Amino acid sequence: MPKKLYNEPSPLETRILSKRFGLDNSESLATYIANDGFKAFRKAREMKPEAIIEEVKTSALRGRGGAGFPTGLKWSFVPRSSPKPKYIVINADESEPGTCKDRLLMEYDPHQMIEGILIAGLALDAHKGYLYIRGEYRYLIDHMDRAIAEAYGQGYLGKNILGTGFDFDLYTHSGAGAYECGEETALLDSLEGKRGIPRMKPPFPAVAGAWASPTLLNNVETFSAIPAIIRDGGAAFAALGTPKNGGTRLLCVSGHVNKPGVYEVPLGYPMLKFIEEIAGGIPGGRKLKAVIPGGSSCPILKADECDIPMDYDSLAKIGSMLGSGGMVVMDETTDMVKVALRIMRFYAHESCGWCIPCREGTTWLRKILQRFDDGGGRHEDVALLGELSKNMLGRTFCALGDAAAMPTISIVDKFAADFEKRLAQQMVAV
Amino acid sequence: MAETVNLTINGQAIQAEKGALLIEVARQNGIEIPAFCYYEGLTLQAACRMCLVEVEKTPKLQVGCTLPVADGMVVHTESDTVRSARKGTLEFLLTNHPLDCPVCDKGGECELQDMVFRYGAGESRFTERKVHVDEQQWSPVVYFDAPRCILCYRCVRVCNEGMGVGALGVSNRGVISEIVPNRHDYLECDECGACIDICPVGALTSGSYRYQTRPWEMTHVGTICTHCGDGCRTTLGVRDDKIMRGNNRDHSGINGEFLCVKGRYAFDFVEHPERLQSPMLRVGDTFEPISWAKAFETIAETFTAVKARGGKFGIIGSNHTTNEENFFLQKFARQGLGTKNIDHHRTGDLGTFFDALSGKVDALATAGDLYTTKAVLVVGADLAQQHPFLSYQARANFRHHAAHIYAVTAGPVREDHQAVASVRVAAGGELGGVESLRDKLKAEGDLVIVFGDGIQGEGVRKLVAFGDSLGIPVKYVCLVDYSNSRGAFDMGLIPRDGGMSVQQMLGAKDLDVLWVVGANPLKNATLASPNAFVVVQDLFMTETARTADIVLPAASAYEKNGTVTNVCGEVQKLKQAVKVMGTKTDLEIMGSIAKEMKLNLGIWLPDKVFGEIRKTVQGYDVPLPVVDTGGAAPTMPLNGRVPALPGAIQSAGDTLFTSGSMSRYSKILNAVIESPGGLYRR
Repeated sequence: MPKKLYNEPSPLETRILSKRFGLDNSESLATYIANDGFKAFRKAREMKPEAIIEEVKTSALRGRGGAGFPTGLKWSFVPRSSPKPKYIVINADESEPGTCKDRLLMEYDPHQMIEGILIAGLALDAHKGYLYIRGEYRYLIDHMDRAIAEAYGQGYLGKNILGTGFDFDLYTHSGAGAYECGEETALLDSLEGKRGIPRMKPPFPAVAGAWASPTLLNNVETFSAIPAIIRDGGAAFAALGTPKNGGTRLLCVSGHVNKPGVYEVPLGYPMLKFIEEIAGGIPGGRKLKAVIPGGSSCPILKADECDIPMDYDSLAKIGSMLGSGGMVVMDETTDMVKVALRIMRFYAHESCGWCIPCREGTTWLRKILQRFDDGGGRHEDVALLGELSKNMLGRTFCALGDAAAMPTISIVDKFAADFEKRLAQQMVAV
Repeated sequence: MAETVNLTINGQAIQAEKGALLIEVARQNGIEIPAFCYYEGLTLQAACRMCLVEVEKTPKLQVGCTLPVADGMVVHTESDTVRSARKGTLEFLLTNHPLDCPVCDKGGECELQDMVFRYGAGESRFTERKVHVDEQQWSPVVYFDAPRCILCYRCVRVCNEGMGVGALGVSNRGVISEIVPNRHDYLECDECGACIDICPVGALTSGSYRYQTRPWEMTHVGTICTHCGDGCRTTLGVRDDKIMRGNNRDHSGINGEFLCVKGRYAFDFVEHPERLQSPMLRVGDTFEPISWAKAFETIAETFTAVKARGGKFGIIGSNHTTNEENFFLQKFARQGLGTKNIDHHRTGDLGTFFDALSGKVDALATAGDLYTTKAVLVVGADLAQQHPFLSYQARANFRHHAAHIYAVTAGPVREDHQAVASVRVAAGGELGGVESLRDKLKAEGDLVIVFGDGIQGEGVRKLVAFGDSLGIPVKYVCLVDYSNSRGAFDMGLIPRDGGMSVQQMLGAKDLDVLWVVGANPLKNATLASPNAFVVVQDLFMTETARTADIVLPAASAYEKNGTVTNVCGEVQKLKQAVKVMGTKTDLEIMGSIAKEMKLNLGIWLPDKVFGEIRKTVQGYDVPLPVVDTGGAAPTMPLNGRVPALPGAIQSAGDTLFTSGSMSRYSKILNAVIESPGGLYRR
């Protein structure tokens, strides 16, 4: 049975990772194998570990979780010769608001990710993997357990995989509902059964991660890209994107567009073209007002900043980020006070509380924004919002504080008029 | 010599050990980098963000408490950027911190107050509602006021790492994160109060001190705890001749910041309503108050008469009185009364111990050695219960230096958590257990062996022989129970040269005088002599005092000056904190009796007697400046050849929450024992 997709694919997509989406029983091992499945693993097992890592470096694949760190480089940091066990941890704690791609990769094509994990295992001499799935994806945990069982059943996981002598065990592990546990070291603490609080770095997980052993942590999409890279070569994958921004990625577009959904496009795809042609443009012919390019922690873009190619470096150049691919499109009817409030409610709720600026700052900002939105705003609040955000920025223990500060700073800077308008309405009302 | 690096902090050229933490290097060079969560000796948190500093060529402010110094580093700790970051962080902190400083216990001693005074804003921009949670009581001694908490996690760490208890944790997240006790709404722990002491603000407060006084109304008297033998310094906060608080405010003394429940709270026996405040004379079955003059006269007459007719004296001294008092008492007995019948409740076989070690140097471990030695062997003792500071030292050594801990005990002990090997033996089988560790111990760099009262006589000699045979430097601690057990032995409250032991005195039918100074030998025994004239000096009407003909109200250790010797043989000074009306120190009482008897036993001022001790007692020629400035001076009472002594040696088996007869009169200890979280109940 073809599984009903959440959104119709667009003919403008470049479907590499999502090419099996929509096939009959796309989540089954049989469908996967019938469509290039495990070719990459068979190829990788003939390769030297260094060659696998080199291929990943060549692909210019960058981490799809949000930070965009070069994947091959990250793999090369794991000391392969360490006498300790090496672990692979898959970050499926997809919690960034606006982002909903990892769930599709797991739901429609779990074995692609499993193959990617196995290839990483070969490259790093790792024999155990933990798939850390956010607690809210309850159904996906069962789904992945079934997929893993199927892989074990047919010899794609467990002892002596496909007669290669390579052993690998993969386990699912449930998060308990904390955004913070998407931060890789907080995830590791949570995986170890502790309270999910980020760890001090260094040491980085590559050196001392899960149970103080060398650990590779990558996002679901990152692992899902590996089979294509090994199968077709890193150069082919890199060629899809722009320099240093290899391949395609899954963008999750939501908000004021006619065809919200998850679409796979090459890195460097023009943003406006994406919104207009793939996402179907803005309903009712209304004008674009703002775009959150890659999840709620990215600084917001004004309409006139959106005429750019979507790759890590272009977004960074204008002071934002490609992040986790969660694009939120907002039209001219959007009240940016409410946007700022909604974002801050999220971060105040999700702040782990470990460090002072984030714990107290997010809540204070939320309270100001709530009061403002409730009609109790004051002129000085606008400046205060910016100043308090800047007092958080760069001073918190982990990136969550920055993630809360950056969108707020950008909204207050770029859309001060929305705040002034609310103040003016308030005066009239009085 | 470790590799050094050169760096600059605030323009000052500094040389430091490579890899040392910036915050420490700065402090060592007189530059204070403020911090809440950083605490020397505990794990790093980097949570409070107060120690952010500017490091040239790094774009973001850097965390001083986790930043290792590197060559060529140029650091600014007081630049405008840094100061404004601190101001911002403090502004955040104060958003939910109640500004109830006028009634807060911590007011005046609060690190948050100090920090805001230095770096904070003059006015608040916060106009929203604060998060409020009601105050909670976690135990008789620990209260928690969550809104005041700044979540520096010091309490969590000191409990887990320092105490090895781990009774505190964090629940919830974000702005409603909260410190929580291990039993959900109450604590089951040592009740040591370290969490309260280490709290930089007034979030954790003490059941005995809270809302009693302002800190600046107290004077602070550093003296030595009068309970177990570990000799911890406790600083008593005194207001209007009343002890308000015990802590170790300045982290001085051998114990640094450590104190157990007794050192911190169990000073309240001092003002117990049953405290004796007048000399009492037996009249039939009851007592009547008499004057001191009458008491001295009666005692002197009787003592003189018994001495004159060659009668039999029995004298029992104390484990809690000072060295000066103990020395004076034995001098009184031997010189003044001409008797050898003097003893005290001996709780460890110090006699055989010293004898076995004779001829050695450096064989007695100090409390400090337990923190620095490569390995610790605990034999037949539950340190966490009976010697909490020694337990803490070994644990700290494990944490900071990865020391190897070995335990040979009858039951599970806290040392098991750190131990490389724990051996369970039946009582009496300790030496066999020790022998089984021989190969492991031989491989250690050096070793401290700590042993309890189960090892006596030949056992002590065998244990020392075992230590000798290891071929590594070995030091020893012979555990004794009380604050001056060691001093009592050293000062000669022992039945040498044919004197009678405590048991022999109580069992004899022909004693003419039984003089008990600060002890309760009749707690579980009876006096066989029907006609003995019994004089008892004590704080309370104990079982022994009840049998007395004359009871004299004595001052406690917190009410006198003098010296005591701890379990490791370190001499420290007591300092008088308060005076309880009607009492006299044991030294004054004994001196007065001597004067009344026209005996010439010397001047009975503590300093004078201590001078005599230094001249005459084996191994006590300690440097005065060390003792006078509040230090601990190790004694070396070896080579004194102590012959075998009659009488029993047995630890009283106190728990962490008891302290012989004295703890019965501490409301706080009783409350802790009766509370739901009261561990170690007996």
